[in-house]
Amino acid sequence: MRAFAELYARLDATTSSNAKLAALQDYLADAPPADAAWAVYFLAGGRPRQVVPTRVLRDLAIRLCGLPEWLFEESYQAVGDFAETLSLLLPESTQVADESLQWWLEQLLPLRGLPPEELAPRLQALWTRLDRQSLMVSLKLLTGGFRVGVSKLLVTRALAALAGVDAKRVAQRMVGYTDLAHQPTPQRYLALIAQESAEEHAQRGGQPYPFFLAHPLQEPLERFDAVLGPPQQWLVEWKWDGIRAQLVKRDGRAWLWSRGEELITERFPELAQLAAALPDGTVLDGELVIWKAPPDSDEQAFGVQPFALLQQRIGRKTLGKKLLDELPAALLAYDLLEWQGEDWRSRSQDQRRAQLEALVGSIGDARLRLSPRVTGDDWQALARQREASRQLGVEGMMLKRRDSLYGVGRTRDLGLWWKWKIDPFSIDAVLIYAQRGHGRRASLYSDYTFAVWDDSAPGERVLVPFAKAYSGLTDEEMRKVDAIVRRTTVDKFGPVRSVTPTLVFELGFEGIALSKRHKSGIAVRFPRMLRWRTDKTIEQADTLATLQGLL
Amino acid sequence: MELIVARPEGLYCPPGDFYIDPWRPVDRAVITHAHGDHARRGNRHYLAATPGAGILRARLGEDIDLQTLPYGTPLEHHGVTLSFHPAGHVLGSAQVRLAYRGEVWVASGDYKVGPDGTCEAFEPVRCHTFISESTFGLPIYRWQDQACIFADIDAWWRANAAAGRPSVLFAYAFGKAQRILHGIDASIGPVLVHGAVEPLNQVYRAAGVRLPETLPATATSKGDPLLRQALVLAPPSAGGSTWMRRFGDYSDAFASGWMLLRGARRRRGVDRGFVLSDHADWPGLLWAIEQSGAERVMVTHGQVNVLVRYLTERGLDARAFQTEYGEEDDSLEPTN
Repeated sequence: MRAFAELYARLDATTSSNAKLAALQDYLADAPPADAAWAVYFLAGGRPRQVVPTRVLRDLAIRLCGLPEWLFEESYQAVGDFAETLSLLLPESTQVADESLQWWLEQLLPLRGLPPEELAPRLQALWTRLDRQSLMVSLKLLTGGFRVGVSKLLVTRALAALAGVDAKRVAQRMVGYTDLAHQPTPQRYLALIAQESAEEHAQRGGQPYPFFLAHPLQEPLERFDAVLGPPQQWLVEWKWDGIRAQLVKRDGRAWLWSRGEELITERFPELAQLAAALPDGTVLDGELVIWKAPPDSDEQAFGVQPFALLQQRIGRKTLGKKLLDELPAALLAYDLLEWQGEDWRSRSQDQRRAQLEALVGSIGDARLRLSPRVTGDDWQALARQREASRQLGVEGMMLKRRDSLYGVGRTRDLGLWWKWKIDPFSIDAVLIYAQRGHGRRASLYSDYTFAVWDDSAPGERVLVPFAKAYSGLTDEEMRKVDAIVRRTTVDKFGPVRSVTPTLVFELGFEGIALSKRHKSGIAVRFPRMLRWRTDKTIEQADTLATLQGLL
Repeated sequence: MELIVARPEGLYCPPGDFYIDPWRPVDRAVITHAHGDHARRGNRHYLAATPGAGILRARLGEDIDLQTLPYGTPLEHHGVTLSFHPAGHVLGSAQVRLAYRGEVWVASGDYKVGPDGTCEAFEPVRCHTFISESTFGLPIYRWQDQACIFADIDAWWRANAAAGRPSVLFAYAFGKAQRILHGIDASIGPVLVHGAVEPLNQVYRAAGVRLPETLPATATSKGDPLLRQALVLAPPSAGGSTWMRRFGDYSDAFASGWMLLRGARRRRGVDRGFVLSDHADWPGLLWAIEQSGAERVMVTHGQVNVLVRYLTERGLDARAFQTEYGEEDDSLEPTN
């Protein structure tokens, strides 16, 4: 466990990808396969269900430390991380041992479901075997809150370097590795780093390919020609606001995978049905959306529905006929990764697109649509079309180099995809509540609630809260706001402080919808701070009417 | 009888008519230690513990009107008997004991209970009312033995030296820097210091504290082979400045009690955080309060509300004192 805890500390201490890669390689080179199997599982984002409820851990810790409950809460607020708080508060262990990571998981995982009175003595006995660092990491494994700022891609690269196998091959093998259904075993780990074999492609069952991801394009329009060359070298499409998905058809069966490599076939039976028409050995990449045919009169419009409706579909456990009729799903296909059982990822974007167009045309099913191509003589012409994004219900455009191969994750050596997103909605809002943050923002008042003015009642303007945001400020700005929050606190409600409103921020958000759950009657999507408007007084902040105007 | 009250100018002793660590200029200032938030310029007359004289003069000027008193020696003023007792915080740091008509108060300034070899160790003083800081007044703060921390620093330095890379360690120039110099294994390589650190080293050496030989960092330039094995001690404010350029590819670290928390370490953005503080940790605060035997505790800068509530629940008469301390050394989480 100590080696894994040290790996955690090394990864946690740096923001450099190279340093993280070196730490991963050092660990994997020394770890026995049984430990490496689990380490890769957690580092690549595997999350076993929570083993012990947080409440039980908390009560036990409070009892062991002999602290009043309020003091535990104060400590937690200062630390901003539950596992770390416990590791700092629990008595220093007396008989530290150093069992393997696998041994620890064999002790910890069977604790799930035990009654608290049985958990307490077992946890207490286990905890005395750990130093502080290992204790924190083991608590993170117990609560399912293990995160350490390592991407799956980085883990893949470390494994590839260790095995001397191509990283794309390792990425392919990693698909499904973190699936809850299978436990990591030494055999599965060794398969990740094995030498390549001829049968590997044939034995993949319903497995999808690793998704290729786009990079944000942040150049000004006038630099496009210099950076991108002429638009004729690019396949331009709309950027859809749905769920990225792969539809796999092999051996007479269909599998639908989301980008998180979650199998969602059962949630979208109409797409599984549609796949019956696809030939075996076909894998499509595209966007899962709710699609309703637009009125004939509106030639410009698409049938794509707001993301909020798609969320209703995902959230539902039982799918009645009514729901399927009201919220019909469709796949907007934009890539072909496998055709006639052959991996097409190393063919050019153009070739894949041509075959995709032929395939979609031959199926003739409204649930499988081709993500249309957008054309323009120059970037200015495309930029003009992009201005219609909001009316069309899309997020901007995607630019894919026509000679791109299909890469893995955010790699850019095989091909290049850009997402050219439209600017977010923005509004000037007033900070009214603050709460301390977590992780990097721990112990700073860095999570805020924002309000706009409601002028509807005659005589008096009131501030109504409409969004929470915590990202977008620099560390220095965050410290300044933290100091102002502490100075201008009016009241405390648990961890939340209300402040005398003095600060105005420009908030950006991606979407806006009516909501019964919010006091303002409005819900916004992905709110974040774009700018601190030190030039504005709170009276100059925007109003609820302005916000409603964006609906 | 209140022997100390909080006034806009600072902590004031009414019967003695003097202030302790005032933050606005006054006639008579009793100084607990020479950190900038406790020892300010502009007072007419200063009284401090003898071992702190050198630092006070170095920081406030040679010409200040300074009277000194050895630890443990009583001095009577307007019927108030005053004496200094070691606070274990930095060289010359003192608790101020005041006795008047049978009533005893102790203002402890900033203190640390563990010994560190660069200043006299904290001495518990019995009193009726104890004034305590609360910088690290949460049970999460429990310091390791300083020998472990120095071993960690040595190991980090050694690994960097083996890789041919300078080790830049940020630490407060007065107190922390000398404590580190005193504690490390100077045989690992040359020790370089920032210009803000060296004058204080000289005062410590003059006071008889053993410090290894130090070289001014400005005597080196980029590419100097000396740097590859060197430990460089610099104040936090030097981070990110042009002064750093000479070190090329270096590893950096920060020594402070705040480095106990991952969030603080990550915000700081250094390779390593060493948990080394000149303030008492939670068990240290409780021990000092208990040792004082005081029934009443006045809590100043830090986690005031937490410590007041905790002590109250344990049956003590605990109250908060508003002060303006906590702007230098590591009383506040570093912001630069």
